[in-house]
Amino acid sequence: MVATRLPRVGVVKLASCDGCQLTLLDLEDELLAIGQRFDIVEFPEATSRRSMGPYDVLLVEGSVSTPEQAEQIVDLRARTKRLVTIGACATAGGIQALRNWSNEPEWRASVYPRPEEVESLATSTPIAEHVTVDAELRGCPIDPHQLLELLTALRIGRRPQLPDEAVCAECKRLGRICVLVAGGTACLGPVTQVGCGALCPAYLRGCYACFGPRDAANTNSLAGWLARDRTEAEVDRLFAGFTGYAPAFREASRRAVEAMQPAARRRRTKGKAT
Amino acid sequence: MHTDTPQGGDLHFEVGQLTRVEGEGSLDLRVAADGTVAAQLRIFEAPRYFERLVVGRTPDEVIDIVARICGICPVAYQMSAVHAFERLFEVEIDPAVRLLRRLLYCGEWIESHALHIFLLHAPDFLGYPSALEMVHDHLELLSRGLSMKKLGNRIVAIVGARAIHPLSVRVGGFSRAPRTQELAELRAPLEAAIIDAEATVKWAASLDTPPSDREPRLVSLRHPTEYPMNDGRIVSSDGIDLSPDDWGSAFEEVQVPWSHALQASAVDGVPYLLGPTARVALAADQLHPRAAAALKATRISPEALRRNVFLSIVARAVELLHALAEAADIVASYAPPARHAAAWKPKAGVAAWATEAPRGLLFHRYVLDAKGLIRDAQIVAPTSQNQAAIEHDLALFAPAVLHLPHDEATRRMEQLIRSYDPCISCATHFLQLKIEHAR
Repeated sequence: MVATRLPRVGVVKLASCDGCQLTLLDLEDELLAIGQRFDIVEFPEATSRRSMGPYDVLLVEGSVSTPEQAEQIVDLRARTKRLVTIGACATAGGIQALRNWSNEPEWRASVYPRPEEVESLATSTPIAEHVTVDAELRGCPIDPHQLLELLTALRIGRRPQLPDEAVCAECKRLGRICVLVAGGTACLGPVTQVGCGALCPAYLRGCYACFGPRDAANTNSLAGWLARDRTEAEVDRLFAGFTGYAPAFREASRRAVEAMQPAARRRRTKGKAT
Repeated sequence: MHTDTPQGGDLHFEVGQLTRVEGEGSLDLRVAADGTVAAQLRIFEAPRYFERLVVGRTPDEVIDIVARICGICPVAYQMSAVHAFERLFEVEIDPAVRLLRRLLYCGEWIESHALHIFLLHAPDFLGYPSALEMVHDHLELLSRGLSMKKLGNRIVAIVGARAIHPLSVRVGGFSRAPRTQELAELRAPLEAAIIDAEATVKWAASLDTPPSDREPRLVSLRHPTEYPMNDGRIVSSDGIDLSPDDWGSAFEEVQVPWSHALQASAVDGVPYLLGPTARVALAADQLHPRAAAALKATRISPEALRRNVFLSIVARAVELLHALAEAADIVASYAPPARHAAAWKPKAGVAAWATEAPRGLLFHRYVLDAKGLIRDAQIVAPTSQNQAAIEHDLALFAPAVLHLPHDEATRRMEQLIRSYDPCISCATHFLQLKIEHAR
């Protein structure tokens, strides 16, 4: 047998819930084969093998939310040929990025009695704000099929084929009844990147944008439409979720967080440029 | 691992990052020349401020948000939250909805327990760095484990739309309830998995476990007729018996002098143990008959199961079997609920509830205003409660392995920590926990 070197893969996390890297372990039918086709040299959740690199591919879950992580991601970038961000935290900052509009020290003090001992940045930010990212898988959590497609593409050296359309498009093709038009339910499907399989409408609720906004999503148009049946504050809250810090949702999220966090709003007002 | 021998003959064990646990933590153990053991289990999971993130949100938004505390046990967070809100709002849920919630939770227990037993813990007992290296020598074992894990995920996905961060749980019920046929498709795989789980109990009981002896104080839920999961009073092996409303009368989150962070503990300061070992011990009479029979066949005494920390893998296997058998029963008798979601009205007040996450009791307490918006939240994850017990057991166990080569001693201590299936991502609010035991 020819001893060709297997691609050296690392799987690491920053601030996150572990769910996206768990998606790899949830590929139960493929996991053992993946273990044969890649050399998984670093994956602290799953193996006691450790490696500081170099890696051919590094999958990074989680957002940058501590000073240590801000240094760590720069260091990791230098150790890998390709860096792939996986999940809403890594690609958009995650739900914890809603603190970016808060008075972070006040939030910290509300949870920790000795906040000065807690190492944390005022913001939670996506990896791409810190280092160059070669590919990304969106989602909260990522989709297992997309992960498999990414791994396959990496293994044979082609670009991953990931769908690039709105949840709406897939939902229509699947023949689902529109929860927004027929049911009057708030649904972010028209502005959200597809990837989950349009699960929320299938379970009779509105999409809440786990995969983040589509490029050039017309958030304002949808917001105006949704505001016919609900207050603007209620509409803003819809965007302030797991991908609320993504640029297309950012303005609405900021308003929502400030409305929900009166203390934060008071302090923020002073610092506003306009 | 890094070791050094500073002046005075002290030994210093340091494991930079614990592996095969969910989340990020490290172990720092110092043994002085006089035998004094100082253990530091440090959690460096980045804070995400969940208890503050939910302030100003609606109950249904909270159900989506708290799932993200943990990718391994999102259902647990959703269950503690949804039951708490329904209790406050006095919502009467459909009996079939209640069963579906239990089925969803069984799915999570199956997935989480199989993950831990086969992928995270088995390598300790069989001597591999990870399950991936076991593929050549233990393919059948691994395949069995992965197939049960997959079935657990499938159950969660049928009821909740996807395996991680399911989305159908709503106050009053579900956004959609499965059709009879969808669940009927689980019957044959469940029957096969029950056989596999019976074999797993037998296998786990046959593993060579290091000797360990402790007398743990056990805490779990207790329900009149059900194995602890969604509902019940909080009980302990030494007489605690209270409603989750009164959690604060026996337990508290304190800032101990040696720690920079909150730690959940009993008011009397005695460490307590949550999770499979505690539940199997406190609710042995409520195990599914098939799980009870499998446990009995191992001939492991209840006392040994409780006292040897390394036998937690047997308790977890028994619960894996229990969850599969209970899921099979629910599926067999399932008829869709008449109302998949009951109507509810918001109400001001305190919403408190506890359920049994795979790793143990998960307590939630929310303060709501008249619009039903969250004003304050307290979430006490199992691992933050098990911390004191882990450190206590480490201090007891360490002297027995200190004569071993450093790598081996450290490996054994890591194995002990993994026996708790610590889920550090769930650490909603504790960091840098440090305990020193003077001996």
